[in-house]
Amino acid sequence: MTKLLDREPVALLVFSAVILLMPLWLTPLGANYPDLLQKFAIYGIFAMGFNILFGLTGYLSFGHAAFLGVGSYAAVWSFKLFTMNVIPAIAFGVLFSGIFAFLIGYVSLRRSGIYFSILTLAFAQMCYNLAYSVLTPITNGETGLQLTLQDPRIIDRMFAPAGAGLPSTNFFGILMSGYSGFYFCAVVLIICFFISRRIFKSPFGLTLLGIKSNQNRMGYTGYNTRPYTQTAFVISGMFAGLAGSLLAVTDPLAGAERMQWTASGEVVLMTILGGVGTLIGPMLGAWLIKYFENIFSAFNEATLEQTFSFLPEPLAHAAVAISGLFVGEGWHLTLGVLFMLIVIFLPGGIMEGWRRLARWIGGGGGGKAKSESAAVAQPAE
Amino acid sequence: MDALLLQFLNGLDKGGAYALIALGLTLVFGTLGVVNFAHGALFMLGAFCAVTFNKLLTLEQIVLDPEQKTAWGTPLEIRTPYVEAWLGDFGVFLVNYSVPVSIIIAIPVMLLIGVVMERGLIKYFYKRPHADQILVTFGLAIVIQEIIKHYFGANPIPQSAPEIVAGSANIGAWLGLEGNIVYPWWRLVYFGFSVVVIGAVFAFLQFTTYGMVVRAGMRDSETVGLLGINIQKRFTVVFGIAAVVAGLAGVMYTPILPPDYHMGMDFLVLSFVVVVVGGMGSLPGAVLAGFLLGILQSFASMNEVKNILPGIDQIIIYLVAVVILLTMPRGLMGREGVMED
Repeated sequence: MTKLLDREPVALLVFSAVILLMPLWLTPLGANYPDLLQKFAIYGIFAMGFNILFGLTGYLSFGHAAFLGVGSYAAVWSFKLFTMNVIPAIAFGVLFSGIFAFLIGYVSLRRSGIYFSILTLAFAQMCYNLAYSVLTPITNGETGLQLTLQDPRIIDRMFAPAGAGLPSTNFFGILMSGYSGFYFCAVVLIICFFISRRIFKSPFGLTLLGIKSNQNRMGYTGYNTRPYTQTAFVISGMFAGLAGSLLAVTDPLAGAERMQWTASGEVVLMTILGGVGTLIGPMLGAWLIKYFENIFSAFNEATLEQTFSFLPEPLAHAAVAISGLFVGEGWHLTLGVLFMLIVIFLPGGIMEGWRRLARWIGGGGGGKAKSESAAVAQPAE
Repeated sequence: MDALLLQFLNGLDKGGAYALIALGLTLVFGTLGVVNFAHGALFMLGAFCAVTFNKLLTLEQIVLDPEQKTAWGTPLEIRTPYVEAWLGDFGVFLVNYSVPVSIIIAIPVMLLIGVVMERGLIKYFYKRPHADQILVTFGLAIVIQEIIKHYFGANPIPQSAPEIVAGSANIGAWLGLEGNIVYPWWRLVYFGFSVVVIGAVFAFLQFTTYGMVVRAGMRDSETVGLLGINIQKRFTVVFGIAAVVAGLAGVMYTPILPPDYHMGMDFLVLSFVVVVVGGMGSLPGAVLAGFLLGILQSFASMNEVKNILPGIDQIIIYLVAVVILLTMPRGLMGREGVMED
């Protein structure tokens, strides 16, 4: 089983099946609606890309949301100026975020540790603040950048006259809303999984892991580490830009709040929750957080009272009062508590929990997680 | 010239807040080696100490006065806070001075919170990597923030300064300038307060035996431990002190900025930048960088500057941080060998 999953075609096939069948197996969990499914796929990509930087090189970036925002803006501008087709939009999103990541990475990667975190945070906050103030002609400030009837859309106009109302995004005629939007994102996610898997198994990926465990020693063995970290930074920035442009594809609107440092913090949470340095862990973390955000925040007092109605009255009241803290408006509290518990007791995230469980059940044998454990194994000091 | 002076003054109170928070962060980092992302939450908790105290003081008793009638003919409700009814003039005084007086309750409360936090959570994270410390304290900050939000709501709760310092001071007249430079009293008070607190912390570290041991521990805690001193216990107290400093900064800041549940996070990000600019582990560096960045920020928000460099006021702090980190790798006054792995 484990050996089998290690082989690329099998791994890809299983992964694709799981992703594409999400509408099926998420139905019992109450998460089968296109909006949420799209978010699962998009934030999966975001976290996967973040993991290429943080998981492999150990550089903790606190400004990754800036690339997400840049990708969104680039995609929306492509919709406004050229065409509603999503392919150019995604290309622009990835391109621009790549350029941004190159510049920011070039400066930030001169330092490491907490200094690197602060530098990336500083750059992201600068982008965020400027998007609200000076760059308003490009970002449309607080309202957010959106499609209007006056947009030129040069390429679309060459083939058809402007219709009434706002056009929607499409992939050569297929509208990118609802399930078709999800399947589009899912295919992109599968491609990203393939790329990320290849990076993990490549000599390049192993070099990055070497940098994580001891950068000095990598220098002594003759590696110039900067180009490696720089490449990792740009790749992960491009993943973020891709996620950002997909956000714009499913909903052609870009706002600066996507770049705020809380958004950067969120992707860190996702990655840690799922398991740093594992192949699919960050994606699982992203799913978990998005699931909580959508499901838990929809709970309200009435549903809670219904849930606890089997208890005697005073007990039910207490139960409602306590659990009411954690759902609805307070779902962030659940997130915070869960996150703290994970960091304290299970630093490897969900994936480590899974590994421990598998070891406990199988008595030493690893289950599915074995293929990931190779990726996190630290080279000997 | 007048405008410059005014902007300089404007920077002082904000700089004071940055300096106080950054001082606490650096104390914790220098002693325990922990990067505490929950420090902003402590600042916020301090502010909510003031809010709670004010709420308690203004609990009102309602008396119906049959003599006086409202326009609808019902007896007029007279609302007086209990403290005023019980304590008379002293009660009125208490309500008026609720913000400064709440310092008295904020000190033990924050000390307790700090010690509980250190003993209950941070203690287990000394040996873990900095990334883990950042993450767990970040989670803690979210939890504290959400609890406050649950009990106090999401809206800012304005607090008023005592009446005697409610107005503005005419600083121009004091300095003999003809220009009319007016500046809110409370901000001057805040600046003075932050200087006093910073001075007190430095005096504690510099002139008491306890402080001397703490400073020795910051240099080399292992050796201090070998001398038979329970350095861990002292570090716990230092964590408590850092919490008190952050809390007091929050208490006194309430009349300037109505506290809400995310004020801590807003200040935390900037304070981290301040700490890094000042140099990790350097207390004077943190204070210097705090005031420096506060004043720079207020200069950058002058119209004359904004006309030349639009948007500069929004990014000046981060820009300065980037420049300083790239040119002076240890920040302004960082020690060698701190956080350089």
